[in-house]
Amino acid sequence: MSLVGARVVRKEDPSLVTGRGCFVDDMHPDGTAFMMFVGSPTAHGTITAIDISEALAMPGVLGVWTAHDFLEYPDLPQGAENFERPLLARDKVRWLGEPVAIVAAEDRFIAADAVATIVVEFDSLSVVTDVLEAVAPDAPLLFEHHGSNVITAVPTNDDLERELEKADHRAHLDLRNQRCAASPIEAMAVVADWAPSGLTMWATVQAPHHLRNQLATWLDISQAECRMVAPDVGGGFGSKIVWYPELFAAPLISKWLGRPVKAAQTRSEAMLQMAHGRDQVHSLDVGFRNDGTITALRMVVTQNLGAYPDPTGLGLPVLTTWMAAGCYRIPKVSVSYRTVVTNTNPVAAYRGAGRPEAAYSVERLVDLVARRTGIDPVEVRQKNFIPPGAFPYEVPHQEAVVYDSGDFGKALELCVDLLDYESIKQRRDRQRADPAAPLLGIGFSSWLEIGGFGPNGSLEGFGHLGSWESAQVRIQPDGSALVFVGASPHGQGHETTYSQIASDVLGIPMDNIRVVHGDTEAVLQGVGTMGSRGVTTAGVAVHNVSNLVVERAKKIAAHLLEANPLDIEVGDNAFNVRGTPGRSVAWTDVAWASYQPLALPEELTAGALEERLYQEAPNFTYPSGCYACVVEVDRQTGEINIVKYVVVDDCGTVINPLLAEGQVHGGVAQGIAQALFEEVSFDESGSNVTSSFLSYLVPSATELPDFVAGRASTVCPNNALGAKGIGESGSVGAPPAVVNAVVDALAGSGVDHLDMPLTPESIWQVLRKDSK
Amino acid sequence: MSRHEVQVTVNGRNRTAEVDARLLLVFLLREELRLTGTHVGCDTSNCGACTVLLDGEAVKSCTVLAVQADECDITTIEGVQGPFGGLSAVQEGFRQEHGLQCGYCTPGMIMAATDLLRREPDPTPQQIRQNLKGNLCRCTGYEMIVRSVRWAAENSTQ
Ligand code: FES
Ligand code: FES
Repeated sequence: MSLVGARVVRKEDPSLVTGRGCFVDDMHPDGTAFMMFVGSPTAHGTITAIDISEALAMPGVLGVWTAHDFLEYPDLPQGAENFERPLLARDKVRWLGEPVAIVAAEDRFIAADAVATIVVEFDSLSVVTDVLEAVAPDAPLLFEHHGSNVITAVPTNDDLERELEKADHRAHLDLRNQRCAASPIEAMAVVADWAPSGLTMWATVQAPHHLRNQLATWLDISQAECRMVAPDVGGGFGSKIVWYPELFAAPLISKWLGRPVKAAQTRSEAMLQMAHGRDQVHSLDVGFRNDGTITALRMVVTQNLGAYPDPTGLGLPVLTTWMAAGCYRIPKVSVSYRTVVTNTNPVAAYRGAGRPEAAYSVERLVDLVARRTGIDPVEVRQKNFIPPGAFPYEVPHQEAVVYDSGDFGKALELCVDLLDYESIKQRRDRQRADPAAPLLGIGFSSWLEIGGFGPNGSLEGFGHLGSWESAQVRIQPDGSALVFVGASPHGQGHETTYSQIASDVLGIPMDNIRVVHGDTEAVLQGVGTMGSRGVTTAGVAVHNVSNLVVERAKKIAAHLLEANPLDIEVGDNAFNVRGTPGRSVAWTDVAWASYQPLALPEELTAGALEERLYQEAPNFTYPSGCYACVVEVDRQTGEINIVKYVVVDDCGTVINPLLAEGQVHGGVAQGIAQALFEEVSFDESGSNVTSSFLSYLVPSATELPDFVAGRASTVCPNNALGAKGIGESGSVGAPPAVVNAVVDALAGSGVDHLDMPLTPESIWQVLRKDSK
Repeated sequence: MSRHEVQVTVNGRNRTAEVDARLLLVFLLREELRLTGTHVGCDTSNCGACTVLLDGEAVKSCTVLAVQADECDITTIEGVQGPFGGLSAVQEGFRQEHGLQCGYCTPGMIMAATDLLRREPDPTPQQIRQNLKGNLCRCTGYEMIVRSVRWAAENSTQ
C-alpha cells in the first residue's frame, strides 16, 4: 500500500498532546540569565541620554548594555546598503518599541522591573506611519542622508495608457492591503549558551541553518563552533525568518556573563518588536470589452517597509507584481512599485508574502468588471482564464514567471457545484427584497500563487545560501532509517510527511523511520521552511535520496539472495525476487550486511546505505484553486456572518490529506481574519494601538466557519512527486472571496469597494448612508 | 516584596514552594515546578495557552496568583491520561482529527475541552466553539479542533 496520499495521523502528536513537547522557553539550563530589551518610548526621535543607573543598582540585575557596547559588531545582517538596522538604536530611533538597550537579570521578573526604571531621553521628530504620507514632499525623513523615504522604485516601461483608452471600458480601483501581525502563539524566544567549547543556541526560527550562516559571520566565529537548534516551534508564518536583535545579542551576553542567557517575549513585546506583514497600497486600472474580456491591467504598488528595509520586505512587491494577472490571460499587463520606510515595525514575510496582495487585487478587479458589465462573476472568470492547454504559460510582463500547470475552470466549476450557486443566488435575491432578512452576498476567488521556492537564484536573492533543500538517509544496522532534512518545521508535520515519502520508496515501515531536523550539527545543511517549499524541495529530496539508497540495498539483497539485482523488488520491510515467491530477504538483514564488508558485493563498501542529496528545483510551483464565500450582513448593525465557505485547492499530489486539510484550514482562517478582523494600527504619535490580543483581533472558534472542501488536481510536471505546496494557499485565496461577498451583499448601496478589515462599523457606515 | 509559602497538589503530588506575592500560577507551574507543558501565549488573558484545571475547573493560570492557588488541587497537561495508549479521549481525539499543528495552543485546548466534556459529555459543534472561544489557535482554523472534541465525545469510555 502506498503511504503517499494516505490519511496518516501524525508522529509529532504524542509528545505535543501530553505536554512533552519542547519549546524554547521550556528550556532552562542551569544558571540561565534572562535578557530583555528596553524599547524606544517614541516612534521617531534623537536619543539624548539613557539613564541606566537605577537599573544597575537593583539586586539581581547582571548588566545593562546600550548601542555603544556593540560598536565592534556590524549592524544586523542583510539590510539594504546605507539603511542597515543596528542591533540597538544608535542616536536615532525609528519606531516605537525599537530596542535601545538590553537588561540581563537573574530572572524575567527582575529584568522587567529593571527595564521599567530605565529612562530614555530624546528629542522628538515628526512621525510618519502611513505609506502614502511618507512619500509626500514634506514628509519627515527616516534616513536624512537619503533625502527621501523611498528606498527602491521600479518604474514601468509602458504605463498602458493607450491600451486602457482603447478598451470598451476602463475602471480604476485604489485599495489597501492592511498591515497584519503574523501572531504565532509562541512569540520569539532564544536561549544562547556560549561555553568555551562553542556556541549552542536554541531559537524559535524557521531556518536554523540560515541563522547559523549569518550569526557565525556576524560574531566572526567559525560555523563549526556555532550550533543552532530549532526545537518545537510554536508557529511562524514567515515571522520567524527575520533577523531579530535578540538572536545576535543573546550569544554575546552569554559570553560576557559566562552563563546561558534566555530572551522570551511577552505578547505585547512581540507586537512591538516582531516584523509585520502585508501593508501595501495598490492603484489599479483595468481595461475590458463589453463581453467581459479583460484586455489590459495596470498595477502600481506602494510597499510600506516599516522603519528598516528587511530583505524579504523588499521582495514582497516583487512577488506581488509578478502575480499581478493571477490566473487570467490578460494580453497587456503593466506593473511598477516603490518601497517606502515609515516609523513602524519592519515589514517582512507573512504567510503568502506578496501573493495574497496580488490575488486580492486581481480578484477584486474581476468582480468590478462583472459589476460594470452586468455579467455573472463566474462567467467573467471563465471567459478570462488561461485555458488548461496553454501550459507552460509565460506571463507577458515577467520572464521569471512561467506557470507550470493548472485547470482554473475546473476548480471554479467544482466550487460552484459545492456552493450550490444557483439556489444561493435565488436566496440572495429573495433576501434582498425582504427588509426583514439580512443582506446576502456571494464572493468567489480564483487564485493562483507561487510556491516551491525555488529555482536556483531565487532564495539567494533573499540572502539565503541556496534555493535547494537537503536530505540524507542513513539506514541503521537494524534496518530502521534516519532521515535528515534541511527543512525545519513549525507545525507542518514534516516528520510524518517525510516518513510517508521515505517509507514508500524504501519499504521500511513508517514507525521505523525517524526524521531529524532543525539542528545544524545533525543535519547536513539546510535552507528552511517557508514559501510553500516543504514538500516540493525537502519532500522531493527525501524521495530522490531514498531511491538512491534503495537501489544500493537491492544490490546487497541480490548478493545475499544470489539473484540478479534487476530481479529484486522492494517488498514489505523486505526485498523479494520478482516472480519467485518465498525468495526474499528482510530489510534488517540487508541493513546488517551493509556494514559488513565480507557480506557485500564487490562494488560496495561498509556504510553503503547512506546517501545525501541537495535537491534543486527547475522552476517555482504554482498552486491554485477556487474559494467561495457566502455572507449575511445585518442591515441594522453591519455585522457580518459567514454562512458558507467552500475551498477547492489544487496543490498537485497530496502526500497526506489530513495534513493538507489542516494547512488549508489554517491559511483560510488567517485570510478570513485579514478580511474581517485584523489590522495593526498606529495613532498619530506612532503608538501601536493594537499591541496585544485585546486589541489585535486574532479570531477565536466562534468567529470562523466550518469549511466545505473539494479538491482539484493537476500534477506539477517539475518534480518527482508532482506536488505544488499548500502552506500559503489559504491565506492567498481567502480574503478576496470574503470581500467580494460583502461587496456583493452591499450591491444596492452603490459601493464598489471597501478596504479590509470589514468591520461592522465600516459596513454600518455604508448602510446608514444608504438608508438616508 | 513579600514571600509566601504555597502548598498545592499538582497532578496528584503535594508540592510546596516559597513564592513572591506577585507570581502567577502559570510561572509557579512552569518555572518553580518545571511543568512546562502549560504554555504562555499572551499577557492579557486572551489566548488560553495557559489553561489548567484548578479544583477540577478550567482556569487560565495566568489570571491566578500562585498564592491564590494555595491548598488547591491542580491538573496540568502532564497529569492528563487515559485508556488510549495512555492518552485520554481528548488527547487521542486531537491526534485522530489533526486538531493540532504547531502544538503550542494544544495543552490549553485539551484542558479546556476536558473541562467541557466533564460538564457536557455530548456537546454540539456550536457548543464546542462557544466553550473554546477563550483559547486561540493560530494554526488550525478550529474546525479540526471541533472534530477532535467530537471524536473524544464519541469515544469516551465514561
Ligand atoms: S497566557 Fe494565559 S491567557 Fe494567554
Ligand atoms: S496548533 Fe499552533 S497555535 Fe494551535
